[in-house]
Amino acid sequence: MRRQHSMVTALALALVAGAWGGCSPQGDEILVGEYGSLTGGTATFGTSTHEGVLLALKKVNDAGGVLGKKVRVVTEDDQSKPEEAVTAVLKLLKQNQVVAVVGEVASSRSLAAAPVCQANKIPMLSSASTNPKVTQVGDFIFRACFIDPFQGSTMAKFAVNTLKAHTFAILTDNKNDYSVGLTQFFRETVKKLGGEIVVEESYAEGDIEFKAQLTSIKAAQPDAIYVPGYYTECALIARQARELGLIATLLGGDGWDSPKTTEIGGKAVEGGYFTNHYSAEEQRPEVQQFLKEYRDAYNGKTPDAMAVLGYDAMSMMADALRRAGSTDGTKIRDALAATKDFPGVSGRITIDKDRNAQKAIVVLKIENGAFHFVESIAP
Amino acid sequence: MDQFIQQLINGLSWGAIYALIALGYTMVYGVLRLINFAHGDVYMVGAMMAYYIAHWLGFAVAPSAGGFVIVMALSMTVCALLGALIELVAYRRLRSQPRSSMLITAIGVSMLLEFGGQRVFGPDPKFFPQLIESHSLFRAGSVVMTNIDALVIVVSLALMIGLRWIVMKTRVGMALRAVSFSYDTAALMGIDVNRVLTFTFMLGSALAAAAGTMVGLRNPKIDPLMGLMPGVKAFVAAVLGGIGNFPGAVVGGLLMGLTETFVSAYLSSTYRDAVAFVILIGVLLVKPTGLFGRVTVEKV
Repeated sequence: MRRQHSMVTALALALVAGAWGGCSPQGDEILVGEYGSLTGGTATFGTSTHEGVLLALKKVNDAGGVLGKKVRVVTEDDQSKPEEAVTAVLKLLKQNQVVAVVGEVASSRSLAAAPVCQANKIPMLSSASTNPKVTQVGDFIFRACFIDPFQGSTMAKFAVNTLKAHTFAILTDNKNDYSVGLTQFFRETVKKLGGEIVVEESYAEGDIEFKAQLTSIKAAQPDAIYVPGYYTECALIARQARELGLIATLLGGDGWDSPKTTEIGGKAVEGGYFTNHYSAEEQRPEVQQFLKEYRDAYNGKTPDAMAVLGYDAMSMMADALRRAGSTDGTKIRDALAATKDFPGVSGRITIDKDRNAQKAIVVLKIENGAFHFVESIAP
Repeated sequence: MDQFIQQLINGLSWGAIYALIALGYTMVYGVLRLINFAHGDVYMVGAMMAYYIAHWLGFAVAPSAGGFVIVMALSMTVCALLGALIELVAYRRLRSQPRSSMLITAIGVSMLLEFGGQRVFGPDPKFFPQLIESHSLFRAGSVVMTNIDALVIVVSLALMIGLRWIVMKTRVGMALRAVSFSYDTAALMGIDVNRVLTFTFMLGSALAAAAGTMVGLRNPKIDPLMGLMPGVKAFVAAVLGGIGNFPGAVVGGLLMGLTETFVSAYLSSTYRDAVAFVILIGVLLVKPTGLFGRVTVEKV
């Protein structure tokens, strides 16, 4: 009995030692964490971002890494859930002891995980979360994309000035910080430009039935409907709108940027416009070079904006590590904050005093099942 | 007025789906006094099976009405077998145990299907193939009824009438009613209770599969957790109508669909679920056995 007891103790000690040994940072590698929605309702966001991150990582390591060491990315899946995002980031910080974190796409999930990074003084660089509140969490939280006031007001200006639409309906995902934010800035700008919001309706992420709201929208006869949500719901909304005989132009944000939009939406999303971070039809050398590398790496697939932003975020992080000259969290933060005119695929990126990226936005139109470049608008 | 009629159509075709799922809850409760929490997930499996069958048989690329009938029939068959399997493996040996054991097992089966489903089918939403191209069947003023809405209502009605016929006119239906009336007496009269229970689960699961297939057609996005909310809502519908009562489940389901639609349309979608549950509480306060439920006397 006594013998057994001591054996159990020894075993437990061995386990603890093993686990402890496992989590100490590797000497010849720099660990960067990545968390994202590899599965769940917005799975294409996470998988695309991950592909972009890996591509940038390969480029960094092929060029000799940073600070004389190879960079390794540790990836955690948050299943498209904010509560899982917190767990994922805690695991990255505590278990893997990463020096910095890249992610997330969805604002709700970035907002859930950002306080963890802030409290541990580990810099977090969100690739595509556009809600202003994300970087307001604290001075360790950055983003590689523009923010919703810019995105929402640009779409409003485009719709009123270029499309000559006058009356608008808005269909908001009430459970989603991103969607609520875009709605607010779109509404304000439309009113400022003399347009009219004739009806506002809402839904919740995960819904599949929108006909009640769309019937109310149809009765108000708007020229255009702004649907600032994520692709799964937006594509179903487009479909049901057309089934009800609603012919208004559909407008959206970067949450539409997924191959699933046209797969689920089919003919219904044709003729819709949305704001985005990049277009594959832009002729800038950075874009064309990236397209070539991406297609070579992933069987000729055309990257969506999430892949581009994942790539840019990882490249910016490597650049910041290089300039920081150290893996200390505060030094990396200062280097990230000093990012100026970084030649990203999504544009020349300068981090402003609110830790947001300043760069141009593009408007895309859906035609024949593909996204076509309409115009690029500088901030 | 046009808008009101349009909402009525929206609500009826959405409620028909709830009604089909609610029937399964009510049937199982009738014979076993068990709330089969896995039922909403059988509905999910129904949609997934229809997805895979449509792809295997090539109906996804060559849509046709006949293809839809075949896909739905096969999906119903697979789910009927799944229902029988669930009854055999999870519930049969627990029948003599306290009722809470079976209830907890039901929750376990539900989770197994949900998260096993994530493993087997993949956790990402899938696009359900359009077996029948949707177009408007008729327009009156601004009111539109699509062929899919009509199909959902007609097929649901046909299935409900078929179910009623089976329960009222066939021998196995009579046995089902006898078991639901008194389990022990039915056994004493020589009714094979096991067979009746298997049959009940098969019928209920087949109806859920039909609902899953039609939801796929109507709202073409399916995922392994899609059964969660409709399962709860259909359960509420069954309780609303008086659990154990067939017409009650149908009326409850339609009421549920209409309530959701009208609350979303005239109040706000934020209150949709809240209002649905407030109505349930209200009905149960006034009539604890549900709208069509009988008062049963518990003998001590």
